[in-house]
Amino acid sequence: MLEARHVSISFGGLKAVDDASLAVPAGSITSLIGPNGAGKSTLFGILSGFLEPDAGSVSFLGQDVTGLAPHRICRLGMTRTFQLAQPFAGQTVRENIAVGSHLHQAQRKAALAHAESIALRVGLSGQLDKPARDLTIAGRKRLELARALATEPKLLLLDEVLAGLNPQEVSEMSPVIRSIRDSGVTVLMIEHVMQAVMNLSEHTGVLNNGQLIAEGKPADVTRDPRVIEAYLGRGAAERLRTSGNEAHA
Amino acid sequence: MSAAASAGSIPSRNRTVLLLVGGLALALVPLAALAGDRFWLNILVYTYLFAGLSVAWNIIAGFGGQFSFGHAVFFGTGAYAAAVLQARFGWNAWATLPVALALGAAVGAFIGALSFRYGLRGSYFALVTLAFAEVFRILANSVKFTGGGVGLLIPLKSSALDFQFQGKAGFLYVILVLTLAGFLLSWWLERSRYGAWLTAVRDNEDSAAALGVDVFRVKLQAIVISAGLMAAGGAFYVQYFHYIDPHIAYGPAVSVEALLGPIVGGLGTVFGPLLGAAALKLLGELTRNLMGDAPGVSLMIYGAVLIAMVTFLPRGIAGLFRRFARAA
Repeated sequence: MLEARHVSISFGGLKAVDDASLAVPAGSITSLIGPNGAGKSTLFGILSGFLEPDAGSVSFLGQDVTGLAPHRICRLGMTRTFQLAQPFAGQTVRENIAVGSHLHQAQRKAALAHAESIALRVGLSGQLDKPARDLTIAGRKRLELARALATEPKLLLLDEVLAGLNPQEVSEMSPVIRSIRDSGVTVLMIEHVMQAVMNLSEHTGVLNNGQLIAEGKPADVTRDPRVIEAYLGRGAAERLRTSGNEAHA
Repeated sequence: MSAAASAGSIPSRNRTVLLLVGGLALALVPLAALAGDRFWLNILVYTYLFAGLSVAWNIIAGFGGQFSFGHAVFFGTGAYAAAVLQARFGWNAWATLPVALALGAAVGAFIGALSFRYGLRGSYFALVTLAFAEVFRILANSVKFTGGGVGLLIPLKSSALDFQFQGKAGFLYVILVLTLAGFLLSWWLERSRYGAWLTAVRDNEDSAAALGVDVFRVKLQAIVISAGLMAAGGAFYVQYFHYIDPHIAYGPAVSVEALLGPIVGGLGTVFGPLLGAAALKLLGELTRNLMGDAPGVSLMIYGAVLIAMVTFLPRGIAGLFRRFARAA
């Protein structure tokens, strides 16, 4: 559905994303993990049109979308959320979601009604008339999700929707994401909460220093020595194995 | 004004009716004063002009979040378009109105395209608009066909067909229609897809773009609408005052006046600019009449009240109404 081929981007001397390739199969929940500063959000920026890559290409539904403006990409059916939730603070939850609904609904009334139905899907029904600035972190994350969902995307890019949530909130949010996938929306998510990655996604890619170092089933990927070293430092995999062996002996 | 006050609590149909009644009432107020008192008529005309300019500025700044400090550039362009076409080319005054509006809108499109293409926001955008107004002022001062620093007098005529009214009351009707048009436009903004996009852009450009909003285009359209209204105000001003010079047209006074109304009345609200303009005009006249003998004192009081209002009513008069409505 979405395919990034040999994408690179540098800021000054820093190669934020370096020759990364990634494919998101239709109907899946694919996750993108990696240590802080690995380039995950930058890659998201490229995929969603906020950044133009120096090299490489991105295609969505068979169409080349490299360097296409975000609103155009959104109209093709790919929408993103932001890591730091960015609500339209002065507006109510309903009005916030309606901005997304307006992509396909020209009438104000229809958009507001559509927004209500979306709020129901993400569990925001009780807070429709609240100003967005009064929402908790968890509420804001739900709002990010709701707004994006309101554009009726085919592919949803979620940038750490679970970050900053407590375990209770994470376990409340996970079924919401799964139900979105079950309704036919493909999901690509950046996530730090490993438990959620393991539970939710079928396919995961690991980014480190801008490079995609591993790809596969979450369970396999997390056993990959290169992945362990990316997170814990050089030699960590070796140490873990020997200490594991000693414990067994 | 109770319509704006209780906007949050009444069902939307009643709200619409209330808004319409409020708008009508607003339109009827001056009729009472039409007894023929020149003094009041003059104040009313300027109040409505002030309100109209406020409504115009409120569209790009209040709803769109792009604070222009140089809206005089559009006002002046409209004013000069009307004046030059009449004085130099002998046009009928009514015919100059659409041309003035279009020219103002075109200048808006140009400044908007330039600033928004390069992502100028906040104080940078404010400074660019200010700079454009100054450049236009200097240009108008230097070139011949504007009459330079001497300014332009438009030919005196005395029929409604020439957009000049002997009893002056006609001017009131015209500016009423112009202001009402701006008011209805803002009213539409609050309940339309375009308005939702515009306020989304104001609150967060990245989020808006991610939700499929063409940020550049939305901002450009807003500044064109705003500039067109300003220019119409400028054309009206020339007609009423019979004279224009670079300082009146492009000086900072008009830019400041256009932004004071919404800021005092309530940014990004439908009634705010009207309330603000009316309150400020009233205040200005009051202080001038009471303190007329001591020069400068009226301005000091005016300034002090402004500071107090911005300090204690950051959301403007409209915000005050809303607070009362919530408490009730």
